[in-house]
Amino acid sequence: MLTFIVMRTLQMVPPLFGLTIILFVLLRIGGDPVAHLVHPDATPAEIQQVREAYGFDRPWVEQYVRQLTLIVTGDFGDSYRYRAPAMPLVLERLPATLELALASIVIALVIAIPAGILSAVYQNSWLDVLVTVTSTLGRAMPNFWIGIMLILVVAVQLRWLPVAGRDGLAHLILPAITLGTSLATTIARLLRSSLLEIMRREFMTTARAKGLRYWTVVLRHGLRNALVASVTVLGLQVAWLLGGSVIVEEVFAWPGIGRLMVRSVLLRDLTLVQAGVLVFALIVMVANLLVDVTYAFINPRIRFS
Amino acid sequence: MNAVKVFRSLLRSPVGLIGALLVVGAFVSAFGAGWFSAIDPTQFHLRNRLAPPVWAGGTWEFPLGTDQLGRDIASRLMHGARVSLMVGVLGVAVSTLIGVTIGLLAGYYRGWVDAVLSRLIDTFMAIPFIVLALAVIAVIGPQGGDNITLLVIVLGVSGWIDFARVVRGETLGVVELEYVEAVRALGQNRFWILVRHVLPNVSASIIVLVTLNVASVIIAESSLSFLGLGVQPPTVTWGLMLADGRDHLATSWWLATFPGIAITLTTLGMILLGDWLRDVLDPRMMT
Repeated sequence: MLTFIVMRTLQMVPPLFGLTIILFVLLRIGGDPVAHLVHPDATPAEIQQVREAYGFDRPWVEQYVRQLTLIVTGDFGDSYRYRAPAMPLVLERLPATLELALASIVIALVIAIPAGILSAVYQNSWLDVLVTVTSTLGRAMPNFWIGIMLILVVAVQLRWLPVAGRDGLAHLILPAITLGTSLATTIARLLRSSLLEIMRREFMTTARAKGLRYWTVVLRHGLRNALVASVTVLGLQVAWLLGGSVIVEEVFAWPGIGRLMVRSVLLRDLTLVQAGVLVFALIVMVANLLVDVTYAFINPRIRFS
Repeated sequence: MNAVKVFRSLLRSPVGLIGALLVVGAFVSAFGAGWFSAIDPTQFHLRNRLAPPVWAGGTWEFPLGTDQLGRDIASRLMHGARVSLMVGVLGVAVSTLIGVTIGLLAGYYRGWVDAVLSRLIDTFMAIPFIVLALAVIAVIGPQGGDNITLLVIVLGVSGWIDFARVVRGETLGVVELEYVEAVRALGQNRFWILVRHVLPNVSASIIVLVTLNVASVIIAESSLSFLGLGVQPPTVTWGLMLADGRDHLATSWWLATFPGIAITLTTLGMILLGDWLRDVLDPRMMT
């Protein structure tokens, strides 16, 4: 198991390396990177000074190596707008983003697991049709619009929950439902199809023939196997979930990394944008690592292959 | 499978038929917008600001009501379809071109080409689609005008990964087949083998991905426009209409409701059509 974890962690190195190259190229396709670092009416002499201070007058390879060292040490340079180091500004907002993401995953599982099981067990019943239609609609609705509609009904009309901001559990509910329902549609659909496939397997018939009750077989033998299949897809969904959180944070004025990114893009604060992209990608990579380790833990065949 | 057979099976499939009707409906309202609605979508009717829809106390002059500047919502919805579909279709065309090329090359040449391209795909998969799009917008910056070209490029460049991944996987399988071996033995040049013999065999998956990706690009375009980073006013788009609607939620529910329904119906059409195509064309794909 330890070997697997080490090997899997090492596999993160090439994409991380690729990421630094992408960030390097990205900053340079938009023209002169110095233009983002100086005051709009800086004199040519000042521009030249900044260029030399940041090493932008050096050869590309040297610039890249320099940037790589800075990234490894966590130093992204200062944010143009906040006049403070970019990385700490992003990390400050990490807890808010993770809180929203985790709450959404919990809500998604609470909705999707029963929905997936019921629609597979009662295949082609009205319940199955309801789950299928709802999850297809959920796939088509932009999640920020679901958020706006929730604000309209729950916060504005019924006045049950606050409209926006982050101040305790009440504020978390609506944004988490917004993101969670979209994720739930994917998980429910997946769980339904993998459960249907597993229930056709012979070991399920054997379990029934042993005299186990129907629901015991479905939950103990069927669900466990179906969940294993769903875990890998959950890893792929992390990137999707974080992308969704960017817009949902903006809708609910949730002070996370996504909202910071949107503001930084509007002001073209490129150092902050860079730091944000790196942190998002790191979360996705670490989450996928965790998913793979969990998967190997439940499924020995992966561990030893 | 020929076109007639595909069409016949469409008529037999409720899912495919609903999808096709929704998509056709979106295109018809987009390109017939000027013909259906005599009202200019950008014209102010300041006396009729925030007029409700006809069934909620409004008039037939503005059947779906008006916004905060008295602009006709029904007419704006139809004109908004034009931008969404244009960005969706053109953006996906860019993604398809990039993704299919990378996927074919990685799958056909294998070796170090595949190793490098696959690591590239892995890296891009770690960056959420919308985050990548935001980063590209930050770098390129506003180009003036309505920003539509910028969005097509940004969303096209950010959305190729699905295509590359699926096409690479399928090409790996197709290249193993005997007939590819045979044309190679005949001395055909590599470019011709890829285009003439490998591409047609992976085209079913590409068609399905195109349909489903148009839906995601439409959602992405409306998200970016909603954030103020996409299409710029006075061009009419659903995302900008939603942004206006959010500011008037307390008084005028219709502003934020109708554009959302329009987006949902359009993407729903694409998704249903895509699911149906996947069943009919039966590509061996995982997504």
